[in-house]
Amino acid sequence: MSESLLAVRDVRKAFGPIKALGPVDVDLMPGERLGIIGPNGSGKTTLINCISGFHRPDTGSIVFRGEDITRMPAYRRARFGLSRSFQIPRPFLGMSVFENLLVPMDYCSSAETEKEEIERVEQVLESVGLVERRDHPAELLSQLELRKLELARALAARPRVLIADEAMAGLSEAEIDDVLALLLKLNASGVAVVMIEHIMHAVMRFSQRVICLETGKIIAEGSPDEIVASPQVQKVYFGEQTRR
Amino acid sequence: MKMTRFIIVALLVFATGLMLPKVVSNPYYFYAGYVVLQYVVIATGWNILGGYAGYTNFGSSAFFGAGAYMAAFLFKALGVSIFVQILGACVVGMLLGLATGYLTLRIQGVYFAIATVALVIVLETLVHNTEYLGGASGMTHLADPAPAWFGGQTQYVFCIMLGLAVAAVVLARWIEVSWIGRGFRAIRASEPAAEASGVPTLKLKLLACALSGGVMAAAGAPYPTYTSYLDPVSAFSLLIGLNALAMPLIGGTRSWLGPVIGAVLLASVQQLATVTISSEFNILAVGLVLIAFVVAAPEGLLGLRFRSRAA
Repeated sequence: MSESLLAVRDVRKAFGPIKALGPVDVDLMPGERLGIIGPNGSGKTTLINCISGFHRPDTGSIVFRGEDITRMPAYRRARFGLSRSFQIPRPFLGMSVFENLLVPMDYCSSAETEKEEIERVEQVLESVGLVERRDHPAELLSQLELRKLELARALAARPRVLIADEAMAGLSEAEIDDVLALLLKLNASGVAVVMIEHIMHAVMRFSQRVICLETGKIIAEGSPDEIVASPQVQKVYFGEQTRR
Repeated sequence: MKMTRFIIVALLVFATGLMLPKVVSNPYYFYAGYVVLQYVVIATGWNILGGYAGYTNFGSSAFFGAGAYMAAFLFKALGVSIFVQILGACVVGMLLGLATGYLTLRIQGVYFAIATVALVIVLETLVHNTEYLGGASGMTHLADPAPAWFGGQTQYVFCIMLGLAVAAVVLARWIEVSWIGRGFRAIRASEPAAEASGVPTLKLKLLACALSGGVMAAAGAPYPTYTSYLDPVSAFSLLIGLNALAMPLIGGTRSWLGPVIGAVLLASVQQLATVTISSEFNILAVGLVLIAFVVAAPEGLLGLRFRSRAA
């Protein structure tokens, strides 16, 4: 078995008396597509906040690319190749789409010249299908375009791992297909993708491996088929009568 | 406009201003123009933190007052020139900005704004109780005579303030178009998203505090020379803080031009009101104009242009 790109070990997080997460162990292999599911309040967002540096775990360690990043601030994790998008899009309002992507290029990219930077931004815009919106203010984008911008911004940081937090919430079926195709294309370019999602058919189509969380703990882990068949997952998440 | 071209235009403006003492004979215009330019510097400095990075600072007068008192102190203690006084004020303003930022930037929104008001009170109280700086009754500041070329002290400080205004605007413009400015604007829009994009938010906010504080303190440095007298009530006046906030809001906070437009408009109206109606009308004018803009153009005059372009 090859070495994990990302290894989460015995991570726990509590907010006062509320135990939000843990203990949790998660591994992510290079180029893998991992789905994380679970009911609301199960600890999905807390887990990715711990991984991306927005929460500091109470215990445990997080190792990424062979380096312990448990105490590394979020911005340095982004520079180190760990990008994330947000559940609710957070565009840089007051900036154009192009400028939105310049921010991660400025702070994360190894581009040496302004020309290289601009070329890279153009490439990212092309890959997410936002070329025509290049100079539009972020305020004027549609919901789908905002989701794409969120992903594009994460991509501009040249990530090794992309954590997509409910990147398809609120989208139509056609739009979900659009975002799924985009994530698959990214993954094909070598980026490992962690997808946190409530839209089950999207997670099952996308993921090679799925983890189900409940009250902060992993209750099931396996292939999409194994997860759907798991009685525990059915009980806490799908409901007893759910069919695939 | 490219940065180099911008600097050339700015230097041309400065050079033209230097010629004004040879063309304009009435010193009142320099007296009133000084105040307008002083507010260009203050509003531009305020906008670096308040506009670009989105952290509202109500305590601009703390930085202005600290700069003024630092200049007066340096002159009284060491007899240094006004240029060294400005440099000293700038350094003090930056350090004060850094310290304030370090203590307060972990709090956001209205709490940050309240903390900056507290800074004014703390500094004013300190000066009130410092005998060497004249205490509550203030101190006279009899500066060295101005170089003969300028024709008078008022013309001289006007030209110095013009130089400061040009430098502040060039700095603001450079920040705006650079990676630092994009980082500030990302922080203003969403700190978590900025952090996730690799922006070191805390470091950049401290930088914004230091630069903003440095510029606003520099604006205060020539003030003792301008008035020949310095007292804590006028140096730490909350009106300065109110104007510093109102001017960028009126002009627009997204660009360097907004604070300049706001400062020129509001400070000119205030100067006009002072000589035609009463000096007390100043505060009323600021209040009325601010209410009008909050209601009709919350993103300032430049925001109106942006809105019409986006529509």
